[in-house]
Amino acid sequence: MSEPWEDEGPGEVKKFMYVNRKAPYGTIYALESLEVVLIAAAFEQDVSMAFLDDGVYQLKKGQDTQQIGMKNFSPTYRALEGYDVEKLYVEAESMAERGLTEEDFLVPVEVMSRDDLARLMDEQDVILSF
Amino acid sequence: MLHTVNKSPFERNTLTACIGHALPDSAILLIEDGVIAAVSGTAHEDTLRQAMNGRKVYVLGPDLLARGLSTDKVVEGVDVVDYEGFVELTEKHDKVQAWV
Repeated sequence: MSEPWEDEGPGEVKKFMYVNRKAPYGTIYALESLEVVLIAAAFEQDVSMAFLDDGVYQLKKGQDTQQIGMKNFSPTYRALEGYDVEKLYVEAESMAERGLTEEDFLVPVEVMSRDDLARLMDEQDVILSF
Repeated sequence: MLHTVNKSPFERNTLTACIGHALPDSAILLIEDGVIAAVSGTAHEDTLRQAMNGRKVYVLGPDLLARGLSTDKVVEGVDVVDYEGFVELTEKHDKVQAWV
């Protein structure tokens, strides 16, 4: 006999977007977002992550936390693909304001205008902000 | 006086507030997310130049490296210091004001 929760099937797939707006290490937001994304990956939803404002720094190449005595969690962004989290969006305006280019990021991302990102946010079922 | 700023200029106005109250001959040390202000080519480079007007500006190297920001990209005239340099700055100045 199957357990009741096994009868429910995949259910309705919803669009979840994680909005990341904080630089890493100065606050706990970036790490917490990553933790929640990895946990939520088990629920097989349509997940995307958006990086805007100082959140774009989360994806910066070459992070080295040895001297500040904190864990460098940036390699985890490269592992997201393995959890079917493949849609990573970076806001073009935020990137440019910080003098960054697509080559500065440690994973392949889709750079998107603020207007397009606004429309994409509007298409979501759930938005989680970090 | 030594002023410390630990927030990104994109996130908070603490660097601007600090500049408004830091007298000539005082020093400003950028730490934690405050180091973002020291990088050249950002929209806040002018804010940093204001900070440097008549004052010495320092940035904590370990916090730059943690964020993947190269010390080579720090605006010219800003001194990169390590933790030892941080301690020396607090010794050299009679007071520390933290703009949190």
